[in-house]
Amino acid sequence: MKYSLASLFAGLIFGFGLIVSGMANPEKVLGFLDIAGLWDPSLAFVMGGAIIVGLGAFAVARRRTLSFLGFNIKIPSHTHIDKRLVIGSLMFGVGWGIAGFCPGPGIVALGAGEIKAAVFVASMVAGMVIFELIERNRAKA
Amino acid sequence: MIEIAWSNFTPWSALAGGILVGLAAASFLLLNGRIAGISGILGGLLTPLKGDIAWRVAFMLGLLGAPAVWLLAGDMPAIEINAGYPALIIAGLLVGVGTRYGSGCTSGHGVCGLSRLSLRSLVATLSFMATGFITVFVIRHMLGV
Repeated sequence: MKYSLASLFAGLIFGFGLIVSGMANPEKVLGFLDIAGLWDPSLAFVMGGAIIVGLGAFAVARRRTLSFLGFNIKIPSHTHIDKRLVIGSLMFGVGWGIAGFCPGPGIVALGAGEIKAAVFVASMVAGMVIFELIERNRAKA
Repeated sequence: MIEIAWSNFTPWSALAGGILVGLAAASFLLLNGRIAGISGILGGLLTPLKGDIAWRVAFMLGLLGAPAVWLLAGDMPAIEINAGYPALIIAGLLVGVGTRYGSGCTSGHGVCGLSRLSLRSLVATLSFMATGFITVFVIRHMLGV
């Protein structure tokens, strides 16, 4: 229960952050990605602000094995840079550039009642299902 | 030369929103001990494990509910979606498959990964930024859409 409440809280604050920063608006994200047009550097400031806070949080988390609510701290441990990481990220970037949506802003815009965001999120979930099916087939082979 | 769109550039609200995103990731890490990666949290719901569902749904409800809660206090900033439906479908599929293959998106790799100085996340972030820039360049300046 505590765990889910903390998750709800984090999701809500995350959503507020995307709304305040303008990142729930794909046109603003595309303004950042359009470096050859009139460039809007705002997204870099969003990342910067988030990372400044994040650096502090991870510095604290690294010194602990349990969270403040007493749960195990699970920080990813793999460091291997492989084809999956790079190819997956390259694909993601193409999709991001087409519509200006990444997962978080897509979900927030859906919550704001945008039909087009609903289409994007539905396709994104479909893409995730396709990934799971491919993985399952690979595991069987 | 890069020309800055001064009329669209919103450094203060971007920074403030970024700090909120950082606080969300920080509280998730320090309270629940987890990385706030949206694609991973959502993707995990597709192969549900016992005891691993409620918190994922709760996080998603937080994101989905943020605009409604926001409206209690003030107006929502405009959301302008210019991509057409076929483009949105293709974009969604690429983002869905790509983020799962690459084990993360702008939040997991971009915010959390860079915050913990992960080289893997830096490579991922540079990769999706690169194709993001290239894609917008091709669409807006070569195809002229």
